[in-house]
Amino acid sequence: MAADSPSLKPVPQVVAHSVRRERSGIVDWLTTTDHKKIGILYLVTTFVFFVLGGVEALLIRMQLGTAQNTLLTPETFNQLFTMHGTTMVFLFVVPIMAGFGNYFVPLMIGARDMAFPRLNALSYWLLLAGGLVFYGSVFFDPPAMGWTSYTPLSDEAFMPSAGVDAWIFLVHLTGLSSLVGAVNFYATIANMRAPGMGWGRLPLFVWTILVYAILLILALPVIAGAVTLLLTDRHFGTNFYDPANGGSPLLWQHLFWFFGHPEVYIMVLPGFGIISEVLPVFARKPIFGYKAIAASTVVIAFLGLLVWAHHMFTSPSPTVVLVFFMMSSFLIAIPTGVKIFNWLATLWRGTIEFKTPLIFAAGFLSQFVVGGITGIIVAIFPVDWQLHDTYFVVAHFHYVLMGGAVFAVFAGIYYWFPKITGRMLNEGLGKLSFALMYIGFNVTFLIQHTIGMDGMPRRVYEYPDVGNLVLYNRISTVGSFILGLGVLVTIINVARSVKRGPVAGPDPWKGNTLEWYTESPPPTVNFDVVPRVRSVEPMKDIRREIERNTGVPVAEAAPAPESLVRG
Amino acid sequence: MGRNRRHLITLTFLAAMVATLVVAPAAMADLFTPESGGSSNADRISTLYLLTFLVGVVVFIGVEGTLIYALIKFRARKGAVAAQIHGNTRLEIGWTVGAAVVLVVLAVITFAMLPGIRDPSNSAPGAAAALASPVAAVGEKRVPPDGKALNIEVNGQQYLWRYTYPDGDDNNLNNPFSYEEMVVPVGTTVTLDIRSQDVVHSWWIPELGGKMDAVPGYTNYAWFRIDKPGVFHGQCAELCGNGHANMIAKVRAVSPEEYREWIAEKSASIQAADEAAAASRERLAQDPNATP
Ligand SMILES: [Cu+2]
Repeated sequence: MAADSPSLKPVPQVVAHSVRRERSGIVDWLTTTDHKKIGILYLVTTFVFFVLGGVEALLIRMQLGTAQNTLLTPETFNQLFTMHGTTMVFLFVVPIMAGFGNYFVPLMIGARDMAFPRLNALSYWLLLAGGLVFYGSVFFDPPAMGWTSYTPLSDEAFMPSAGVDAWIFLVHLTGLSSLVGAVNFYATIANMRAPGMGWGRLPLFVWTILVYAILLILALPVIAGAVTLLLTDRHFGTNFYDPANGGSPLLWQHLFWFFGHPEVYIMVLPGFGIISEVLPVFARKPIFGYKAIAASTVVIAFLGLLVWAHHMFTSPSPTVVLVFFMMSSFLIAIPTGVKIFNWLATLWRGTIEFKTPLIFAAGFLSQFVVGGITGIIVAIFPVDWQLHDTYFVVAHFHYVLMGGAVFAVFAGIYYWFPKITGRMLNEGLGKLSFALMYIGFNVTFLIQHTIGMDGMPRRVYEYPDVGNLVLYNRISTVGSFILGLGVLVTIINVARSVKRGPVAGPDPWKGNTLEWYTESPPPTVNFDVVPRVRSVEPMKDIRREIERNTGVPVAEAAPAPESLVRG
Repeated sequence: MGRNRRHLITLTFLAAMVATLVVAPAAMADLFTPESGGSSNADRISTLYLLTFLVGVVVFIGVEGTLIYALIKFRARKGAVAAQIHGNTRLEIGWTVGAAVVLVVLAVITFAMLPGIRDPSNSAPGAAAALASPVAAVGEKRVPPDGKALNIEVNGQQYLWRYTYPDGDDNNLNNPFSYEEMVVPVGTTVTLDIRSQDVVHSWWIPELGGKMDAVPGYTNYAWFRIDKPGVFHGQCAELCGNGHANMIAKVRAVSPEEYREWIAEKSASIQAADEAAAASRERLAQDPNATP
């Protein structure tokens, strides 16, 4: 062919057969393979699920607002906490991190798009399918076995409800979505970095998304297998988890938590990444100990694969097993502590600007520490014998996931909204939202430690009026509504600013990473020119270079006042 | 604000914290520690919790204090310039080692206290000890140093707890049993074999120590020794279905004499019921149409 008959005429490398017409609004969103649009789809979809999960949480708190409440039946109550937990884990925290990753990984590494754009679209649509299949069960019989689906309770004999099957398919579909997405992230980060961006110059958020992807690839096949066994136990006569026929309920618990604990790090590590991006920008200071933070992410992920049975300290297990999992859980506190100290040192001697993203990041720090400390307490297995399956544990993991991961998500929303929409969020509303969320969160969950220690197990739809249980539960319920109000203020803020907020310009925060190099919102191709990366903070280098060339310092980019762009 | 005044505030705050935690633990037990007071293992768990909690409080004050101080002291001001520091290897190694040391200390404390929590103690001498009989340490089951305890089988089922008491013979079918309320003698070490016949449950009486799951196909173990008569409340701690919240448990500790009487009564009524059943079986065998 061409090689056999050399021609003097230059052969064009790319041939355009036709020019594709730009698709209209809705069709464009349905067929898009642009990582930014997919990212927006992810962010909006997962936030809708967050609101649904939040409403479920408020119903749970309403029921527990007083002793022996008859607002909800036990069945409805069990369905609500099952949906709440499943929604928050599978349909909100994990995928919203993929949403941020989708939008910002290519921008932060200077790439045009993800490595496999169509696979990327597939991963979003699988997520949505998983969510719809699961929420479809609302119209017949939602599952009521808790998000952990312990067998034999989740077996057909005890829970014939098709809601359990809907849950299984949710795990399959969202799992497939995450796996496809994880492979895509890995390929993108490994191959598409800007010139000069070695592993030592990779933004810390991208580091966490890389580790997030690897953890997903390691953990998800296990849960996919486990729920498949559950499905065949339920409907096709197998007995993997049935003790009467040689199966084992503990097998489920091991498989579930072998996935379930890495899942915790899958949820918080990208949050750590957001914090590691936000703090240096608003402290106007380089991140303290870049290498230690990147390395501790990897170490946490590795150790995170070795701690799963600390969820099973009360199961029939030999002491030596309990000791192993206590020690491995202790070990994981070291890299986590290192991160916290590095973040504090990043703020130290900075010039901290109290913008909403920074405030949410500080809120994250102050709350995540509590979750870390209680994490050590529940890792001590004799102590966990008292605390396991009580409200103490509920408080602990909400400090990690809500006070930690979700506050990081909000820091990310306030930090990146100007890049995504080209408009600034309102600072006053942002700070109001933070204040309500911070107060609401701590009022809700701090007292739950005590509720648990006073003997109240989790997942009970009613409790007796003994001691101060009613008072403590009422405090918690009041807090949850304050927290809900805080989230609502951010939703209002977003709705208000998306069309009418002040124009942000390319770099409203004086950021450090490449996403601030392009316009806001970025054009389809992201960058006209990708600059050579010379440090972890390429934007600082670029600003310095402009200063050197023009002699004019790049002023603090001030967004246009709101009144000017209205209308 | 002067340096001295700030120090004073910090010190007052610290002193107040220490005072609340150390001077008035009884009043604060409801807020700050797990339930205890029924059995020594629960008390020891509570102590271990408190020790860990105090270490946690120190870490908490250190981190939150540093955070708040940094946020106030280093907020952006006119003319302030951020120090362009990228790291400090010595400092970073320092806090890594520091964190490790704290954890080693916690591990040492835990291992020192573990036997007192996990391993049953001997029964009190006298009438209480007389109710204990030799129990075998099979698998993970731990027995008191003298090898004797009152061994009760706990069986979880949706949504009830069933207790089977020993009667001295090997036939388990005619043993005394009860539902929901377990009756035990004070002073006698009670060891529990915890099982389930349907889904996973979890046996938990907070004042008598930690919870242990009842998993179908497995046997789990727990123990307690109550030294004063009283009633201790608890409930199933692992989600087991719609009736989970109402799957309550109670342990009533009575004097050894009362316990003997209670068991004798139970045995007698079980025997009477057995005899009545045997009689009606006989009648049915002779005439299938008879009223049983
Ligand atoms: Cu139960």
